[in-house]
Amino acid sequence: MSAVGAAAVRSGEAQNSAAEAIHVENLHKKFGQLHVLKGVSLSARDGEVIAIIGGSGSGKSTLLRCINCLENPTSGIIRVNGEEIKLKADSHGHTIPADRRQIERIRSKLGMVFQNFNLWSHMTLIENVIEVPVHVLGVKRDVAIREAEKLLARVGLAEKRDVYPAYLSGGQQQRAAIARALAINPRVMLFDEPTSALDPELVGEVLKVIGDLAREGRTMVLVTHEMKFAREVATHVVYLCNGLVEEEGPPEQIFGAPKSERLKQFIRNIG
Amino acid sequence: MPPALPSAVRASNPGATLIDALLSASAAGIIELLSPYPPGWGGTLLLGLLHSIEIALGATVLGLLIGTGGAFGKLYGGPVVRDLLAVYTTVVRAVPELVLILLLYYAGTDLINQALTAMGYQRVDISGLAAGIAVLGFVQGAYSTEVIRGAILAIPQGQIEAARAYGMSPGLMLRRITLPAMLPFAIPGLANLWLIATKDTALLAVVGFYELALATRQAAGVTKAYFTFFFAAGVLYLILSLVSNLLIGRVEAWSRRGMPSLKEAR
Repeated sequence: MSAVGAAAVRSGEAQNSAAEAIHVENLHKKFGQLHVLKGVSLSARDGEVIAIIGGSGSGKSTLLRCINCLENPTSGIIRVNGEEIKLKADSHGHTIPADRRQIERIRSKLGMVFQNFNLWSHMTLIENVIEVPVHVLGVKRDVAIREAEKLLARVGLAEKRDVYPAYLSGGQQQRAAIARALAINPRVMLFDEPTSALDPELVGEVLKVIGDLAREGRTMVLVTHEMKFAREVATHVVYLCNGLVEEEGPPEQIFGAPKSERLKQFIRNIG
Repeated sequence: MPPALPSAVRASNPGATLIDALLSASAAGIIELLSPYPPGWGGTLLLGLLHSIEIALGATVLGLLIGTGGAFGKLYGGPVVRDLLAVYTTVVRAVPELVLILLLYYAGTDLINQALTAMGYQRVDISGLAAGIAVLGFVQGAYSTEVIRGAILAIPQGQIEAARAYGMSPGLMLRRITLPAMLPFAIPGLANLWLIATKDTALLAVVGFYELALATRQAAGVTKAYFTFFFAAGVLYLILSLVSNLLIGRVEAWSRRGMPSLKEAR
């Protein structure tokens, strides 16, 4: 398959000289007594596709959501685009972003795609796609609309531009959500289990769109249960287990020659 | 109602004759009494209605502002803000509105004047309209707070999360996402509050504010045509409600524009 070839080339030596788009170091996250992430490090260079896999409750979604501070990490370092997110402790001792403007600026460079799509239900598709460019990034409305029409055409939804999300299938909604993420011209795309809420027959259309993005060299961090897909598009796979990185490496190593017992068992169970 | 009686029977029935006479007399009299031009009292009633609408509108707008702020304070505010708002909504919703109106109107204006004299200013006459709007708005605010709080909680949280994930500031998120998304859940409750506000204006008659109820009492008292005027006032309140329902229906349909109709799901 050509995708595997492309991924293999991109994961080669040249990759290491690319700028680091996301850098996570020794990240901890506690929900009360529950210690979800116990010191996780992660790095995504430009053009890399990082797939985070792991069992339910392993902390993979939490890790992704910490990158844009949708969950505030308990401790650790997060750098996006070389800029470290400033964190501080609030009056209850919880860690929160120290600078609201900084976190808003960083978030507007990260295109997040959610498990449940989370399109704004009171806006048509085109309104959803132009919302952030126009109101957060200050793009002129007509420019944003032209761009949004191209993006909707790209995900195969050109004729649905004036339809409200509730009238679309899950697959269509997720493709629109990807167009919304692309509209901000993100430095990194973050995918949080983008196909988990879809009917099986709709998974393919969404994976195809994501796969195309991976092949054109978009930097992505992808939490997924689709192992076959992760193997095809990822340049680097991270296996999380009980809040720690159990094993990581190129996909052919992770899926072809896993070292850790737990990863072996995980792949056996999934496969 | 029995079928039409033969005229012979009717003639021998003094009661029927009396009603016939009364009805024809009062039909002419009613029109004269309700004429919008003096000596008719219709103009008085209409002016009262206009004042009632003014107060209801002002109080509802003020109530919505207080309610929006209150709902956000209750949901996202610190412990002190939340406690203060809890006291506000509990007290206002616990005390009868008539008592609150008397209390706020007399005590409120007195308090303001005491404060003014203490600071060395002249006492002021607070206009009935401003006082009425302030008092009813304060009451409406407590109810609106709860309606809007419930509506915000009904928004699918993912939509709020998406707004955060794309770097929206709190103000932008409120304007672009939270308020429009909560509207369909809030409209039925807020529509109730508006209809209640239109009728609560009648309570302001007790503090002498000239609105529909007081105008009606005045007209009825002078002419002794109690039934005519109170019935006419009732019709005016009904028309106000019907027109309101029409407008609210439009607003609700607009606010639900992204939601599939329930009729299709039946």
